[in-house]
Amino acid sequence: MGLDFSVLPPYAELLGVGLWWTIVLTVSAGIVSFVMGILFAVTVLYAPAVIAYPVRFFIWLFMGTPLLLQLFLIYYGLVQIGIDLPALVAGIVGLGLHFAVYNGDIIRAGIAAVDPGQTEGARSIGFGRWQALRYVVIPQAVRNTTPAVGNMMIALLKESSLVSVIGIAELVHASQLAISETYRPFEFYIAAAALYYLANLILEAGLNMIEKRVEASR
Amino acid sequence: MRPSGSMVEVRGARKSYGNFEVLKGIDLSVERGQIVAIIGPSGSGKSTLLRSINHLETLNAGEIWLDGVQVNQPLKGRAFERHINGVRQQMGMVFQHFNLFPHMTVRDNITKGPIVLKGMGRDEADALAAQLLAKVGLADKIDSYPSRLSGGQKQRVAIARALAMKPKVMLFDEATSALDPELVDEVNAVMKQLAAEHMTMIIVTHEMRFASEVADRVLFMDGGAVVEEGQPSTLFTAPTHERTRAFLKKYLNA
Amino acid sequence: MDIELMQRVLPFFMEAAVVTIEVSALSLVLGLAMAALAASAKLSGFVPIRWLGNAYVSLFRGTPCLIQLFLLYFGGPQVGVNLEPFAAGVIGLGLNIGAYMAESVRGAVLAVDRGQAEAARTIGFSRSQTMRYVLLPQAARLMIRPLGVNTIALIKGSALISAISVIEITYTAQRFISSTYKPFEIFAIAAVLYMVIIYVVARAVDFLDRRFAIA
Repeated sequence: MGLDFSVLPPYAELLGVGLWWTIVLTVSAGIVSFVMGILFAVTVLYAPAVIAYPVRFFIWLFMGTPLLLQLFLIYYGLVQIGIDLPALVAGIVGLGLHFAVYNGDIIRAGIAAVDPGQTEGARSIGFGRWQALRYVVIPQAVRNTTPAVGNMMIALLKESSLVSVIGIAELVHASQLAISETYRPFEFYIAAAALYYLANLILEAGLNMIEKRVEASR
Repeated sequence: MRPSGSMVEVRGARKSYGNFEVLKGIDLSVERGQIVAIIGPSGSGKSTLLRSINHLETLNAGEIWLDGVQVNQPLKGRAFERHINGVRQQMGMVFQHFNLFPHMTVRDNITKGPIVLKGMGRDEADALAAQLLAKVGLADKIDSYPSRLSGGQKQRVAIARALAMKPKVMLFDEATSALDPELVDEVNAVMKQLAAEHMTMIIVTHEMRFASEVADRVLFMDGGAVVEEGQPSTLFTAPTHERTRAFLKKYLNA
Repeated sequence: MDIELMQRVLPFFMEAAVVTIEVSALSLVLGLAMAALAASAKLSGFVPIRWLGNAYVSLFRGTPCLIQLFLLYFGGPQVGVNLEPFAAGVIGLGLNIGAYMAESVRGAVLAVDRGQAEAARTIGFSRSQTMRYVLLPQAARLMIRPLGVNTIALIKGSALISAISVIEITYTAQRFISSTYKPFEIFAIAAVLYMVIIYVVARAVDFLDRRFAIA
């Protein structure tokens, strides 16, 4: 059976909707992973041991295991202890936490790399410990780690494909639906790959712009 | 127990790192409007003393007082945190390496403190920044980022940032040591202007000429102790201690 | 913690772990070979070759690994490529990680001081001789860590082949989570297995890094 890409057009809308959900997932999980990443970094560095150690254990666990396994745990696992997350929420939480762990590690190193003189400068004016972090140290750490965190966002876009396994109708899942009707896996997966590639290019261009702006404000 | 009516009072300040004593019981009192210069070889403890006044270093023993309030009060945790943040707002500190915030414009560097800590309105804070920048001769740099400034300009912004908190005393920690020689004078000029306005200042410096020009009193520190102190005219021309003489000879000839 | 359950499922997990290790090891070999090819293509002076290397790296890094696996396994038969799940998993993962490893290799070569290449060229070494005798030996050391990071990503990424029904650790975990209703016990076993494998690899990378350290 040869290839016939004319099977694609009737499903353009389905794939479009799939792409839309991929973008929604990536953006939402991206925000979760960024905010939680900062939280993880600050917790690991400054929280008292009773909080910092459990968080460090969690980070260690999530760094050492596959995302797919984590998604299964969050979606199928939490139900059995009474936490029934809708698939989309489970997907955002799973992707968000997974990448938060990595972003947290990057931002933690970023915070540690900020010149101690910056904290002293802030403290000498009268800023409190938390104010110095919030206004002076964290903004600089975030700026300095923009390229690395940006790479995580690029990875996140691609890894968002994994939530198809818990039934979220994103791009891969949409392709599977189309394939189940047409029995044309090659054409549809190529189409999906092309859409991911395109989205990836746009995301990279966007991140480059952000990096340039950050670079300019220094 | 308030020791005296001085603006800054240091009593029996001791500090050590492990077995190494950096400060061996320092006493110092600075009157309102007085300008004290601290000189001495590197490792003499002069910077540590200055940083202790701002509580960037914690003393092992001794007391620091600012205008009748003890800086290093024996409070714990949050209570001390609240106390020290309030005290630091009344002290301006200028660092050798400027420590300007690179992610903020000059304007934000100056206004962030007043806005966040004193609840000052945007407009008022902007006006204050403009006024202080005019004073240090950098009115046109208000929207620049620190990376666009020369070392001397950075240090003048750092002085403006400290002044924006309306401090009772200004602490200068080798403010011109990291500058290229041709940029030193512009910073010294600003400090002289503050002196003319009777700002209380403690200046740690290695510039003997500048110290003798602006200071009311000069302290010579060596090995964690004050070896000798007096008016600049006497200390620089007729030091009584051998160590002071040796130090000055090396520096004045250099 | 249901210890009895964990003991019961453990043998299945041990078999699955062997599959994870086998797939990872074979993909690693393929990935390294692809990385060497692609990196030299990208550094080549011949434009079409360079373009080919760029296309491979860009396409495989620019699309999800899961799609690549699906395309190979489900789409392959349409173009006459019929692969068992295991083989499709190894080839898919290997091609994918190869693109990432190519960047690690290229990065290491580019990280060698420019003066080294210039010095070699002034002696009269050709481009490829310069690469072989001067740049690669120095770059080899620099690429151990990044390649180690890639390898650990590969091991975690191998969970994806559960989606084309290779019975490895994650597939086994998913099966037992839905059949036993004990998600945390099952997750714990799977997590420990992954961590042990990754720990061993990380120690091996440390050892290699020290072994080849320039004294």
